[in-house]
Amino acid sequence: MDILQVENVVKQYAGHRALDDVSLTVPQGTIYGLLGPNGAGKTTLIRIINGITAPDSGQVLLKGQRITMEEVLRIGYLPEERGLYKKMKVGEQAMFLARLKGLSTADAKKTLKYWFEKFGIQDWWNKKVEELSKGMAQKVQFITTILHKPELLILDEPFSGFDPVNAELIKNEILNLKAEGTTIVLSTHNMASVEELCDNISLVNKSHIVLQGNVEEIRRTHTTHTFRLLTDGHLPAELQGMAITSVKEGRLNEYLVRKAGELSNNQLLKILMDECNVVGFEEMLPTMNEIFINTVSQNA
Amino acid sequence: MSKIGLIIEREYKTRVLKKSFLLLTFLSPILFAALIAVPLWLSRLDADTTKEIVVIDRSGLYADALPSDDIYHFTFVDADLNQARSSYGSLTGILLITGRLDQDGTAMVYSENQIDMETKSHIERLLGDYVEQQKINAYNIPDLQKILEDTQTRVSVSTIRWNEKGEEQKGSSELALIIGMVTAMIIYMFIVMYGGQVMSGVVQEKTSRIVEVIVSSVKPFQLMMGKIVGIALVGLTQVFLWVILTLILSVAATTLMGIEPSAAVEAQAIPQSTMDQGMSEIYSMLAGFNFVEMLIYFICYFLGGYLLYASLFAAVGSAVENETDTQQFSLPLTIPIIFAIYAAIYSAQNPDGPLAFWCSLIPFTSPVVMMVRLPFGVPFWQIALSIGILVLSFVLTTWMAGKIYRTGILMYGKKVTWAELWKWLKY
Repeated sequence: MDILQVENVVKQYAGHRALDDVSLTVPQGTIYGLLGPNGAGKTTLIRIINGITAPDSGQVLLKGQRITMEEVLRIGYLPEERGLYKKMKVGEQAMFLARLKGLSTADAKKTLKYWFEKFGIQDWWNKKVEELSKGMAQKVQFITTILHKPELLILDEPFSGFDPVNAELIKNEILNLKAEGTTIVLSTHNMASVEELCDNISLVNKSHIVLQGNVEEIRRTHTTHTFRLLTDGHLPAELQGMAITSVKEGRLNEYLVRKAGELSNNQLLKILMDECNVVGFEEMLPTMNEIFINTVSQNA
Repeated sequence: MSKIGLIIEREYKTRVLKKSFLLLTFLSPILFAALIAVPLWLSRLDADTTKEIVVIDRSGLYADALPSDDIYHFTFVDADLNQARSSYGSLTGILLITGRLDQDGTAMVYSENQIDMETKSHIERLLGDYVEQQKINAYNIPDLQKILEDTQTRVSVSTIRWNEKGEEQKGSSELALIIGMVTAMIIYMFIVMYGGQVMSGVVQEKTSRIVEVIVSSVKPFQLMMGKIVGIALVGLTQVFLWVILTLILSVAATTLMGIEPSAAVEAQAIPQSTMDQGMSEIYSMLAGFNFVEMLIYFICYFLGGYLLYASLFAAVGSAVENETDTQQFSLPLTIPIIFAIYAAIYSAQNPDGPLAFWCSLIPFTSPVVMMVRLPFGVPFWQIALSIGILVLSFVLTTWMAGKIYRTGILMYGKKVTWAELWKWLKY
């Protein structure tokens, strides 16, 4: 079932069109990546989903129904431009944000205690926000975004400001949330995490969606037909013309080969097997990073 | 608790518990009380000391004119100025009378320190009365003294105005002026201080980037109104505490120093003419004043004026990037407020003039100007019209401010122009 549908959304700002006929569908319980270069319109789209900005035309549907204000305010939203009240204590502030999301004082306290313990930050409770480092503040913000157990979670650049250890921690939390059934819309520039986390993506460039679909499918359709071969012999003569690189790996030879013509994967393997012992055979699917750069630069 | 309630609670708590708030709230009344009590105390101190005055009377006529009392001790000596100066130590001054004062004689006071006004006028009065008496006696007309006393008449004009029921009310234009100016000043200060706080609060929320986190839970309009109402409550708390603490402290301070509280009232700015009418007169005039009515209008204009300006201050705060940028955009707001206080001062002199009339209808000046006019009596239709316009205006400005605010708080890294603000209104 689709939890979120964005249909033909158009947003015009004075002088430029931020979003032009953008549609996307997020299946329930999946992680949806929203990618795109800076200024492509991602944040505008996220704000429209969150009801912060109204679209000029088009609509946002939640479970097939036009989204209501009540539902919008239930969405867990971690904006890209995020901060905390500097003069407030961490605990007080977290309580305030939790209660704004509709939790009772008792529930807020209980849930916060759980998360603070889980993240090992109990002793920050009485610290002032201005005493925290940027990464520490981000952790608090992440907690306050998810603690009311939203069905739909929108994270705009959730990894920015984190060191690798904490980025990993957040990544695991995101996967945990998915396992619990939360649907997550993720906007990020970190392409490695897209491959790891996202089921589906939309690539927004210059107000349009230029690429959309399942991550695996996208990688497969964008294949450059490049294979990594590991053999104990030499490349068969028929394949010599296709080789890109060859490296001697101890007793073995490693070749990068770009498949040409109508040759199927199995035919390629067969040619190899006839000539030498195949130790490794792997199609080198393009990374999301390569796809991103190619798509955006083609579009330029 | 509703979400707007939570916003109000947060605004209120964080501000009221701030050290600067506590300091200002509890120190100011001490300052106010000191302003009342210290001059009184000092005048008391002064009154206890005696004035030693040496009199060198060359005419020999005025020994009876200057009787010593508890404070003023006159000592008549027969010496010249320098002798007197060297032989008497701690002197207030030396009074030298050179001859008959009704002829070419003069009276001069020599002193090390400048002689105080009170002593000077005391001597002038004693000598003047004495010379006058001498002259009267010189006419040799029987009962002249009595006749003169009989002819002395004092006319004092009391001001009486008709209230709505047609009853006569003893009024005092001085009292009306004081009440009007004090209430107008309170409203003015409140708008400037707390309007400014609304603005800087919005700027802080924007620069700390908390605002988008919050508008994902509440509507921007709720956030803005929550802030405005929360800060209004902070202000009311402060004003309330000030009044209570000032009263307690000044009563405590004056009784502690053995000064009658009524003396403190007398010593306040009540003009001489009303002083003469005696305290009972003042009380009767105070009683003639419709304080309940005045209080109701005060609250109306107080809240109306604050809401009108605070929402606009919030809009300005939302449009700028940091606090230094607020200057440019808050100028159109501070000019009418400052104009209002000047208009109020002129209106006090002519409460029914055209300036007073129009400024008490224009919503940007009416909260301040109308407060000055009210104690002098204003036709009800004018008050109703003025409050009506004020309510309509603050609904309108709040609505407009809400629109600017909604767009402004999420705009980063953009220098805002007036044209841009106009566009935001239409989003």
